[in-house]
Amino acid sequence: MSNKDAYWEKTKNHMFVTLALWAFFSLVVFMFGSELNTMSFLGYPLAYYMTAQGSLLAFVIILFWTANKQEKIDEEHGYSERGDD
Amino acid sequence: MFKGDFIKNLPKIYGTYTGGFLVFIILMAIAEQAGVSAKNIGVMFVAFTVCIYALIGYLSRTINVDAYYVAGRQVPTVFNGMATAADWMSGASFVALAGGVYFGGYTYMAFLVGWTGGYVLVATLMAPYLRKFGCYTVPDFIGTRYGGNLVRACSVFVLFIASFTYVTAQINATGTIASRALGIPFEAGVWVGLISILICSMLGGMRAVTWTQVAQYIVLIIAYLIPVFWISSNVGGGIFPHLMLGDEVARLGELEQQFGLVKNSAADMKAAGVPGGLKYISGSHSGVPEGGMAVWKYLSLAICMMVGTASLPHILMRYFTTPSVRAARKSVAWSLFFIFLLYSSAPMLATLSKLALMDPNLPTGIIGKSISEVQSIEWVQRWSEVKQVFIADFNGDGILQLNEWFMRGDVVVLATPEVAGLPFVISGLVFAGGMAAAMSTADGLVLAISNALSHDIYYKIIDPKADTAKRLLVARVLLVIIGAAGAYIASFRLTSILGSVAWAFDFAMSGLFFPLVLGVWWKRATRQGAIAGIMAGIISGTLYLTWVFPKFSVPIWGGVNTPFLGIDHLRFGLIGAPICLVVMVVVSLMTKEPSPSVQKMVDDTRIPTGKPILGRQ
Repeated sequence: MSNKDAYWEKTKNHMFVTLALWAFFSLVVFMFGSELNTMSFLGYPLAYYMTAQGSLLAFVIILFWTANKQEKIDEEHGYSERGDD
Repeated sequence: MFKGDFIKNLPKIYGTYTGGFLVFIILMAIAEQAGVSAKNIGVMFVAFTVCIYALIGYLSRTINVDAYYVAGRQVPTVFNGMATAADWMSGASFVALAGGVYFGGYTYMAFLVGWTGGYVLVATLMAPYLRKFGCYTVPDFIGTRYGGNLVRACSVFVLFIASFTYVTAQINATGTIASRALGIPFEAGVWVGLISILICSMLGGMRAVTWTQVAQYIVLIIAYLIPVFWISSNVGGGIFPHLMLGDEVARLGELEQQFGLVKNSAADMKAAGVPGGLKYISGSHSGVPEGGMAVWKYLSLAICMMVGTASLPHILMRYFTTPSVRAARKSVAWSLFFIFLLYSSAPMLATLSKLALMDPNLPTGIIGKSISEVQSIEWVQRWSEVKQVFIADFNGDGILQLNEWFMRGDVVVLATPEVAGLPFVISGLVFAGGMAAAMSTADGLVLAISNALSHDIYYKIIDPKADTAKRLLVARVLLVIIGAAGAYIASFRLTSILGSVAWAFDFAMSGLFFPLVLGVWWKRATRQGAIAGIMAGIISGTLYLTWVFPKFSVPIWGGVNTPFLGIDHLRFGLIGAPICLVVMVVVSLMTKEPSPSVQKMVDDTRIPTGKPILGRQ
């Protein structure tokens, strides 16, 4: 397998991991809305908290994490643009 | 000023600008104390900020194609994040989001998840690859990847439908805010709004829009957050509402129980003469509705908004302006961070506003009081005059019940400062923020449409030999025409028949999502597949919309139809996008695989380093 293919393989896997996290916070959590709402977080019912703030915050964190991880993959395979900008 | 060192000086420039704006707010507060009328303060807020944007637009004028289309590809990560956030958060987000949460509660908040979660798709599937590609517009990517004028034209067609649906709503919002703040008729407000939008974008294209959007973001976020924090501490919600409103949310649940969530019949509301567009609280604030259908309605709406976000050209094109692929990825993260600041505050504002009106123990509470008493309150009178609030005593007991209080969603943002006893300077600030939000989105949309028409239709298809001066002239003329067309439609208030802003997301996801994703992630996707997919998606989606939306279905299909699987007019992308995917895959597999040179192009798109696919054009 060439370097390019190995790079794309890793990038693809990373994409699937990111999308799995995304699906968890955007879809899975809200499939169990009424169950989650019996629990509480910071005094808010949990499902309410997630839709008002929690999932939104999770997306922000996922995005910074995924960008950093992808940069590491770039570096490993010599496709890093560090210094370009 | 805007050459060379400008980029390095950005933090200093915008820091000074933010400081200047805060000083302006303080000056206005002093002016209010000195007896300047509320109306004049509103005028000064809007006029001052719009003049600043116009100045930035003028200073960013350019005769360079790269600067006009992609801001010279040198916008730093964080600033592009702010510009995208302003591009994203429309007048509707600013004035109507909190209102939506106020009336719809948990169910409505699917929009919050949808309008933020989509950025994960943008960052993983699209932005870095489109940036590497080096295109000027979204159809530029589709046209080059799949090859040929027809597929390019099809994607411009979808872009036009989606963005134009959106832009009329934005110009409408600009007009509404301009007319209220300046005290002029709505029709005049629309044209004032249009002129402000054009001044910001015409001379400098993407470069001017970028730097005005950053300035507009700063105004709109200050204008949203100051009132939220202030109201919260005024009504006893704590100084940091985001973490401290647990008790208030629980209290709202109790009050809902106490007053009862009653549904009014359409006949009753008609008989009482409730003005159109006004709503009442009929759903629970934090309670999750029971049942599989309710869960599906929540999820399906979130999916449409997320996938739509990742297909909207005016957002995607913001990531063409970063200096590198790496910067494009980071920039998506910053965009969402800046959006999060406002979106996470909207439910808090809704909670505070709802509690202020509903809790009989608070001096501001009106529900459960006698109607004559409520009607004598000053802000109720003022907003009743302009038909923004309405009282209908259905049971005739003279006491205001929860289902008897009607209000337009915008009032939550526009009137809560007043209800909670904040000085008028805050209301003036809110007007300036709403104007910034509506203008920045309208700017981005008008530019997305006119760039696609001038670059993809005029330059790429009609006259590929056109020189720079001619291309930029055409781009500017089209910008004015598109803006004027949007304003013309908005001034006739035809927007009510154009329906919801959500439609723009559904149109975009029906026709653009899969052609964009598969263009990068599936080498086997062919030109014929893309053409068939785009057209099948947009046509089936649109047909379904006409079938399911009563205003269209009655004249066209001769009756009102029950939505299939709960897919109503807000969610028609769930019909269009899967059809687009299936047709695109089937037709691609039936046609000859793309040539080695196209496959190599896709390979090159996937790695961040090396030359862009499209060089300087």
